[in-house]
Amino acid sequence: MSFLRHTQLMFQRSVRRALREPAWIMIGMFQPILYLLLFAPLLDNLALPGYGDTTSLNIFVPGLLVMIALFGLGFSGFGILDDLRNGVLERFHVTPANRLALLMGMILNDVILFLIQCGGLVLVATLMGFRANLAGLIVLFGLLAVLGLMVAAFSYALGLIFRDESPLAATLNTLTLPLLLLSGVLLPLSLAPDLLQTIAEFNPFLHIVEAARALIHGDMTHNSIVLAFSAVLVMLVITMQWVVSLFHRMTA
Amino acid sequence: MNIIETHKLRKVFRTKGNGASQAVEAVRSIDLVVRTGEIFGFLGPNGAGKTTTLRMLSTLIPPTDGRATIAGYDLLRQSRKVRQAIGYVSQVGGVDISATGCENLLLQGQLYGMSRHETEQRVAELLTMLDLTSFADRIARTYSGGQRRRLDLALGMIHRPRLLYLDEPTTGLDPQSRARLWDEVRSLRDEGTTVFLTTHYLEEADVLADRLAIMDHGEIVAEGTPEALKQQIAGDVITLGLDTCNGARHRAHVLLGQQSFVREIHPADGQFQLFVERGEESLLVILRLLDDAGLSVRTVALSRPTLDDVFLRKTGRSLREAAESI
Repeated sequence: MSFLRHTQLMFQRSVRRALREPAWIMIGMFQPILYLLLFAPLLDNLALPGYGDTTSLNIFVPGLLVMIALFGLGFSGFGILDDLRNGVLERFHVTPANRLALLMGMILNDVILFLIQCGGLVLVATLMGFRANLAGLIVLFGLLAVLGLMVAAFSYALGLIFRDESPLAATLNTLTLPLLLLSGVLLPLSLAPDLLQTIAEFNPFLHIVEAARALIHGDMTHNSIVLAFSAVLVMLVITMQWVVSLFHRMTA
Repeated sequence: MNIIETHKLRKVFRTKGNGASQAVEAVRSIDLVVRTGEIFGFLGPNGAGKTTTLRMLSTLIPPTDGRATIAGYDLLRQSRKVRQAIGYVSQVGGVDISATGCENLLLQGQLYGMSRHETEQRVAELLTMLDLTSFADRIARTYSGGQRRRLDLALGMIHRPRLLYLDEPTTGLDPQSRARLWDEVRSLRDEGTTVFLTTHYLEEADVLADRLAIMDHGEIVAEGTPEALKQQIAGDVITLGLDTCNGARHRAHVLLGQQSFVREIHPADGQFQLFVERGEESLLVILRLLDDAGLSVRTVALSRPTLDDVFLRKTGRSLREAAESI
């Protein structure tokens, strides 16, 4: 089926491009590990609610994985700017290839790289004492994959809208930081004033992080899990439609 | 058979100026016909609307109004089929500089639905045809302007489209590359591909196009073969220098005045300026005529009207002026 084939071709192109500039991959690999090494020791001292006698890593690492999704994939839209400027995207636009396939091929490259980063992080964390429920971990990776697709698609959409590094960076920074702070990854929200805690309830990332922690712990029936999956799937569908429609209209 | 037919095609851009939003009518309701198998030229200064028209006809931007039929398919309702039938080489090109020429071509062919094997064969053909072999395996970032342009052309042609759009194909190229590209375009036409090219170079339109349309400020101001357009405007001018003997000149004047193809005669400074139709043919007749009458011609010059003259007549500006005013 040509849709799959076109997706595969575009994926291969993105992979080739990434491999030719390994610096970015290296940075991408090391950054989350750096966060792990820097923040984990600080969290030992905080009394974190929820799971009794688990190590702080078990609380922190799931949140960190979501954080990489947000920050790593959140900025993946930069990758489309060059193609936009060089006329490459336009060239693809003129072919009869399916628009979604063209985009999926590019996005999948970012998401697969992200999942590999997550794997690396989990490995390093395990060496530091992190213990995850295996089934929960697998489901978590599924959640991360869907989340990743959504965040990357969103970032690409913004890339198609802003077309330039400065406004794109400014917008992404404005969006990602509050989302991160209000999700309880770096600091538990029990420390925040009531108002912020209420606002945070509306942040899907809060529930995704909660679901991630529950899954790591092996608590497969925690109510945040269904909530997280539903939220992410809905956002994924909306974002995909949005980015494809932007692709249609991008060459104005 | 017409490969392109447009009906009242129009494009208005809304831009946000300082505060208020402005509407710019880039293309005003044009009706265009391109015949199958011809090289059709779109000539006009920068900003005339040529590129916008081309981008509408290649499905890149939606028209504000009007419709078009490309290769038998409706532009708006059958855009997938239109895309399959056309190739488009934009002004800036679309080479992926992070990949090699071969990789670019292999991806492109397969995006058009060709199998891997078919694409490989076609790529081999194109590498030879467009002389890309020596650098096709290098990363495109290292290519010179001319090499990149040739790759652009290959990318547009890979699926053997019936209709190929070339937007300002030789801008920025050195004379040799330009001449080569012209040869390529002619070969394409000879093989049955219709080529629609836009240009702001007079010579290119004159030499290359079978038919052309001149565009200015979003409108088509003239259409036809280069010859026909030039003939419409002014005749050719033959300048003759005869022997200074008075009697000879008077006889020449009378003799020439009798010829039907001579529109006007202006004697000046021992020379005659004749406005004729079809100067290439008339010149021989005139020379023979004068020779038979025993009148000797010392010097002769033939000047032809140019497309600039056509543009000037139709718009009141010369193409060169228009180019400078942008």
